[in-house]
Amino acid sequence: MSCWETIADYALRSQGIGERLLPRTDFTLCQQFTLIGSGMIWNIYFGTFALVSGFFLATAVALGKATRSVWLRKPSEWFIFVFRGSPLFIQFFFAYFLFLSLKSSYPAMAPFTAAWLGALVVLFLNTAAYSAEIFYGALLSIPKGDLEAADAYGMSGWSRFRRVVWPTMLRLAWPAYTNEAIFLFHATTLVFFSGFPAAQQSGDALYYASYFADKTFNPFVPYPILAFYFILLTLTVIGMFGLVNKRLNRHLPQDRRVKMRFRPNLIR
Amino acid sequence: MCSDPQSIEGLTWLACYLTTGKHMSMYWALGTVLLLLAVTAPSALLFGFGGATAARSRVAPLRWLGKAYISIVRGVPDIAFFLFFVIALDQAFEWLRHQIKCPDWDKEIWQGNDFLVCPQAKLPLGTSPQWIHETYGFFLAVLTFSIVFGAFAANVIFGAMRAVPAAQIETAEAYGMSHRQTFWRVLVPQMWVYALPGLSNLWMVLIKATPLLFLLGVEDIVYWARELGGTKTPQFTDYPHGDWRMWYFFALLVFYLMFTKVSEVVLSWIMTRLTRGQATMGGEAQRKAAA
Repeated sequence: MSCWETIADYALRSQGIGERLLPRTDFTLCQQFTLIGSGMIWNIYFGTFALVSGFFLATAVALGKATRSVWLRKPSEWFIFVFRGSPLFIQFFFAYFLFLSLKSSYPAMAPFTAAWLGALVVLFLNTAAYSAEIFYGALLSIPKGDLEAADAYGMSGWSRFRRVVWPTMLRLAWPAYTNEAIFLFHATTLVFFSGFPAAQQSGDALYYASYFADKTFNPFVPYPILAFYFILLTLTVIGMFGLVNKRLNRHLPQDRRVKMRFRPNLIR
Repeated sequence: MCSDPQSIEGLTWLACYLTTGKHMSMYWALGTVLLLLAVTAPSALLFGFGGATAARSRVAPLRWLGKAYISIVRGVPDIAFFLFFVIALDQAFEWLRHQIKCPDWDKEIWQGNDFLVCPQAKLPLGTSPQWIHETYGFFLAVLTFSIVFGAFAANVIFGAMRAVPAAQIETAEAYGMSHRQTFWRVLVPQMWVYALPGLSNLWMVLIKATPLLFLLGVEDIVYWARELGGTKTPQFTDYPHGDWRMWYFFALLVFYLMFTKVSEVVLSWIMTRLTRGQATMGGEAQRKAAA
């Protein structure tokens, strides 16, 4: 079987399209590259959707934590504490079994027990909590002068938020938020090891990498392949966030711009 | 009291249920987590100190080694490292023992899909009792955690060493201290206050990484929560119940939240102690508050 045929068979295997049976013997390098790459579709899916949806919740929670009203502040603080203070791995397990028991009383909850929705919800809440903390920190460090200038121009309420507070908050938070994004993509590898079933062996990149490592007893091929894909993904994320960073900083003189610093992840 | 579980109810039942032999094993597993933290934290710190010292060494190959260690481990998803190192370390140890114990072994070690060393080099030996197998698994896990977290710690310590004011080092040199003396008497005692915010962050992360033990094949709390929470029918147990895994994981969630909270309090106390008398903003604020 040539490499092109392998790619045709397995490139979309993680989505349940193509050859049903995974290779069992005589693993070629091409098969490992294709299948692990196929699994990356899941990592990108989880990361992208959780990041985009989590962004909005994070902004809301950060504002909630910064308000004076106790009724908004306490729930925001607790939300952040619960999701940042406990391991993501345990959150996945808890959510999965929670959805499982909800499913038995409400059949409409069935999609939540599948990884594509259930794990996405967990990742969404988790990244929202981490990002909210970053945004909250940035919110507190908005220069006083900027707010005074907004007041002097007669801005208030929504227009003050939209034109001054929000862009400045994002600008200050962006380098840390980039790290959070990288972190999130790395965290997506936990999904299929935490209760959520990989239906018909269609899992993410790490799922296939560990499949090959188990079958060949040779970790020195699949994991470096996985690392290669993730370094590629990380560089892409840095590039894209860098463009946004440039836009957020475009009104500032060169020397006052916030520098992007690449500080990759820790486990959460 | 617990001899006839069918006849008891309510809180008594719960008390008996929560003290069965298997539950005791689960509480031991909580102890395993604490033990892992207690062993990993200092050894990761040691790895980190070694890595950071190597990364700022004046010998070029040593410096490259230190920098490569820091940047490679930090660039890849950590869980991949956990899965990788456990197999890789195991094979490395067995391979080394194989080279020493069976020098005249003529068969290939890598046979297609198998990794075969001579029986004497197996780790642990096939004849060893169960507890040796478990301890060996735990040892591998600790080593893996130390290597991965050592890299993170190395990065923090490397930064902290550079944050010590240059004037301090120059003063030490002006007093005629040698390079080694400057390092041990001036740099190392002063770097901790700069390293502590990063290290306490790392400690929090380390706490949250402990459930990954489950992936390393150790019978940890995640294993027990799945095992004990599952539906139990009256044929197999005196305490039948439905699917309680959700509640078990909820309990774990609460356990970790409490653990983080306590750590936060303790770490902020240590920070206050270390800041005392330092030439930093925090130290200055303390001095003014006291005066």
